[in-house]
Amino acid sequence: MEKMVGQRIKRKEDPKLITGNGMYLDDMKIPGLLHASIVRSPHPHANIVSIDKEKALKHPGVVAVYTGKDLEGKINPVPTSWKVPGMDLIETKQYPLAINTARYVGDGVAMVVADSKYTARDAAELIEVDYEVLPSIANQKEARKDGAPQIYDEVPGNVAFKYVAGEVTDEDLENAEVVMKGSYNTQRVAPSPMETRNSLAQYNPGSGDLKLYVGSQNPHIHRMVLSEVLNFPEHKLHVKVADMGGGFGGKIGVYPDEALVSYASMDLKRPVKWVETRNEHFQSANAGRDMMVDLELAGTKDGKITALRAVNHANIGAYLATFGPGNPTIDFGLMLSGAYKIEKAQCTTYGMYTNTMSVDSYRGAGKPEVTFMLERAVDDFARKINMDPIEVRRINFASKEEFPFTNAQGLIYDSGDYVKALDRAVEKSDYHALRQKQEELREEGRYIGIGISSYVELSGFGPSAVAGAIGFQGGIWENSTVRVHPGGTVTVYTGTSPHGQGHDTTFSQIVKDKLGIPYEDINFVFNDTRAVSMGWGTYGSRSLAVGGNAVGLATDKVVEKGRRIAAHLLEAEVEDIEFEEGVYSVRDDNSRRKTFQEIAKAANFAWSLPEGMEPGLEEQTFFDPSNFTYPFGTHIAVVEVDIETGEIEILRYIAVDDSGKIVNPTVAEGQILGGIAQGVGQALWEGVQYDEKGQLQSGSFMDYAMPKANFFPKIEMEFTETLSPVNQLGSKGVAESGTTGSIAAAANAVMDALAPLGVKHIELPLKPEKVWRAIQKGGAES
Amino acid sequence: MIPSQFKYLRAQSVEEAITMLQETHGEGKILAGGHSLVPLLKFRITTPGTLVDITRIPGLKDVRIDGDRLLVGALKTHYEISKDETIIDNIPALAKTASETGDLQVRNYGTIGGNIVHGDPVADYPAIALALDAELKVEGEDGTEMLPVDGFALGPLITMMPENAIVTEVSFEIPPAHAEQTYLKYTHPATGYPLVGVAAIAGTGDDGTIDYIRVGVTGVSDVSYRARPVEEFLMGREPSEELIKEAAELAVEDAEMGSDLFASPEYREHITKIYVKRALYEVLK
Repeated sequence: MEKMVGQRIKRKEDPKLITGNGMYLDDMKIPGLLHASIVRSPHPHANIVSIDKEKALKHPGVVAVYTGKDLEGKINPVPTSWKVPGMDLIETKQYPLAINTARYVGDGVAMVVADSKYTARDAAELIEVDYEVLPSIANQKEARKDGAPQIYDEVPGNVAFKYVAGEVTDEDLENAEVVMKGSYNTQRVAPSPMETRNSLAQYNPGSGDLKLYVGSQNPHIHRMVLSEVLNFPEHKLHVKVADMGGGFGGKIGVYPDEALVSYASMDLKRPVKWVETRNEHFQSANAGRDMMVDLELAGTKDGKITALRAVNHANIGAYLATFGPGNPTIDFGLMLSGAYKIEKAQCTTYGMYTNTMSVDSYRGAGKPEVTFMLERAVDDFARKINMDPIEVRRINFASKEEFPFTNAQGLIYDSGDYVKALDRAVEKSDYHALRQKQEELREEGRYIGIGISSYVELSGFGPSAVAGAIGFQGGIWENSTVRVHPGGTVTVYTGTSPHGQGHDTTFSQIVKDKLGIPYEDINFVFNDTRAVSMGWGTYGSRSLAVGGNAVGLATDKVVEKGRRIAAHLLEAEVEDIEFEEGVYSVRDDNSRRKTFQEIAKAANFAWSLPEGMEPGLEEQTFFDPSNFTYPFGTHIAVVEVDIETGEIEILRYIAVDDSGKIVNPTVAEGQILGGIAQGVGQALWEGVQYDEKGQLQSGSFMDYAMPKANFFPKIEMEFTETLSPVNQLGSKGVAESGTTGSIAAAANAVMDALAPLGVKHIELPLKPEKVWRAIQKGGAES
Repeated sequence: MIPSQFKYLRAQSVEEAITMLQETHGEGKILAGGHSLVPLLKFRITTPGTLVDITRIPGLKDVRIDGDRLLVGALKTHYEISKDETIIDNIPALAKTASETGDLQVRNYGTIGGNIVHGDPVADYPAIALALDAELKVEGEDGTEMLPVDGFALGPLITMMPENAIVTEVSFEIPPAHAEQTYLKYTHPATGYPLVGVAAIAGTGDDGTIDYIRVGVTGVSDVSYRARPVEEFLMGREPSEELIKEAAELAVEDAEMGSDLFASPEYREHITKIYVKRALYEVLK
């Protein structure tokens, strides 16, 4: 029978959700449920002089009002979970409600709990907070300058950490034939999942258990961290995730709001729900990117890049987010040289406190930013030495014979064939014909641009020993239990936490191939700390590469136990039992056979088992991979710029990605497609905007431009398959690749279109007005 | 959405709606498609004590011709307008405007009456409504009156709409058959509204000179406007690329440009001229 892995299987998850039978957190109604609304600071930086909650308390339906002072000593600060050794991190205290000082627009200062969400919101407006406004700052480079407003007394110069990876000397640059400098900044973006953040805490005063439903990509991390914040033991804390409408990194973080709701439920002995409004999301959900990067590139006239030296000013916001310190230093800093064999690379990172919302992982988490830097720089370098950008990439790629390949900063890439993906993209796009057409159109006064981006990314988190070495406060192995019921159907438990990705479908395909039972007989349980013993969640494109392989390995163990039972029942040697298509049989005599279902029953009834064997058919695996996986690919974007108005139209988008073994092409393409929309969205439209003092200006979708489906042509996708040697399936991460590759592809296309007009650089996002102004000046953007 | 509390009433007739509004003593608002009102409720920019739902009032979706004017019922949705044959035959630019308003959901719910009476300078309809001397039929406690759209909006969301009254119909001038029509829109990527929307209708007589010209501009400024200097410049002259370019330069005279994170006043002026030029090329080609 044909293997199910590799097939386009329709997603199992969808019928429930599209027929309205899903259960999202905000759908939940529990007897006695109360609703919370959080009062947030309208100032970027202010001392809280006083809070008058009397009017709110008198409002009909209000049950409680809490301020930071009320909670002092009762809830601990929310910590970061990534402390890289050698970064001299100064971690400040993020109290769930600010006690004396609010440090960003959106910093919680009080919480109202009432009998309905409407009452809670009405009462929140009755709380009077007297603020003493303090000097404030939003831009991370400005924040490092002498005389900049200080956000904390204990953090001189607002530097939360400084981290240097690799070494490049001045001589390395000075002695080079070609030296190039550039700034490659990725602006701040808002994660903006369809479903905003939320939590519902239900404390049982009888049992002393606390059940917390929370929009989380990693419920076990939430349990672990909140246990510390709340002084509440892990075994009494049950964290569960309802159906969840997306995360994109914004739901990795453990937030003050979740701790507040939990505290209120324990204090009031009633369930309490909080659902973030969309406007709140712009204020108080961890943002992404916001890295300002200055790069020096050294190379030869014939196209070889010899050294890269970058300084990254990473805006980490007013408080350290859960993964905040890791993204710029590790994910960005160690991937500086990308897919290229560059001898030397150095990245110095300044993690800067500012009066803005915290920055955490956002789809790609450092890799899209570094790919943007590198691929824009490679194009600038190609232009400088007058060489085709395809050629420059080809010259510098690590070749497939060199894998496992050690990059300039010591990361070991598992496998790759970069030329192959590039060649396919060139062929698929008909690159050379495009270049010719570009020439012809220029004659007519029309400007199309072709943008290339070849990326490689660190994904599939990962080996736990490495996690320890880089200061990640947890393991990154994954766990799976395969439980076979007496009738032969199967429930599988995993520690990854799907919220739209399609794990149910793809993981079932893996189990189906191994057990040979009907696909419908396989069920998955995720997102529940009581059902799943332990796990590390879904982010860093790790679910298939780590979690999916754990599922496969646990299933293998089930097959092996079944084989021993079959041998016993069939009175044969274990070595002589074959297992195929769900049937155990004796080699050379397959009339002697037992189906998987028969073995399941025999194992669960345990009437006759091999001597010493325990009853039941259930196996668990803890899979700790030996390395990360490194997916790669080449994207080509073709755009036309209307030089009269600066408007940009995407004419074509070609993506050739390599994520190792593809389990389900439809699901994988969905990931690539969504990822490209996010990356191109960053390049052209999206952007959180603060004024210089940190007042939020993009507070709603009226000002924050999300990409819409009709902004894009049909995305032309294809995969090459270079297997990863670090897991059984040979799979790599796929969920972040689209974003990682696409920011640079789109931006390079626009810069390519404008090159003949003398435009060299425009800051992201490439809004038409900026493009128009750059054309007017025939040079750098104002 | 977490709005402040309000009472909800449903009117079965225009008279009942007016009475219901009177009884709210100025605290009432009309709910039709809701696509302008609901966002304001969400942001708590408006906190009405009562919403009077008029969507079930019969007879407010008719389209008919009366002499040289086309009359459209105020409750007609954008989708219905985009598909209405009488409208397509007589004022195709109105159907085009409707088809480009908002997205599918907005077009299925939003109404022309609600859209115009809202007085939002970034809405689509004002361009064509101003160009074709549209009038609003306003029924209220003092009887029925016709209010011209030109001059109706005084500023963003500030209008001449009297208290305790509702718009029941919108009336447009039907352009002569030989005039070409278009609506050209530069869509704001965040809002879906026009950053600039230009309605242009123009025709030339037997002698080759322009004998009918109307230009309405919306989106860019604090109040949508009729570009009369452009019309006056072109009227009676023979169209040419150069002439149109010159005319388009007059498209921002007297207009007070708005500003947001996406576009500065200077850029708005620039693209208004470009879009007026392109719209005129299209109808005078």
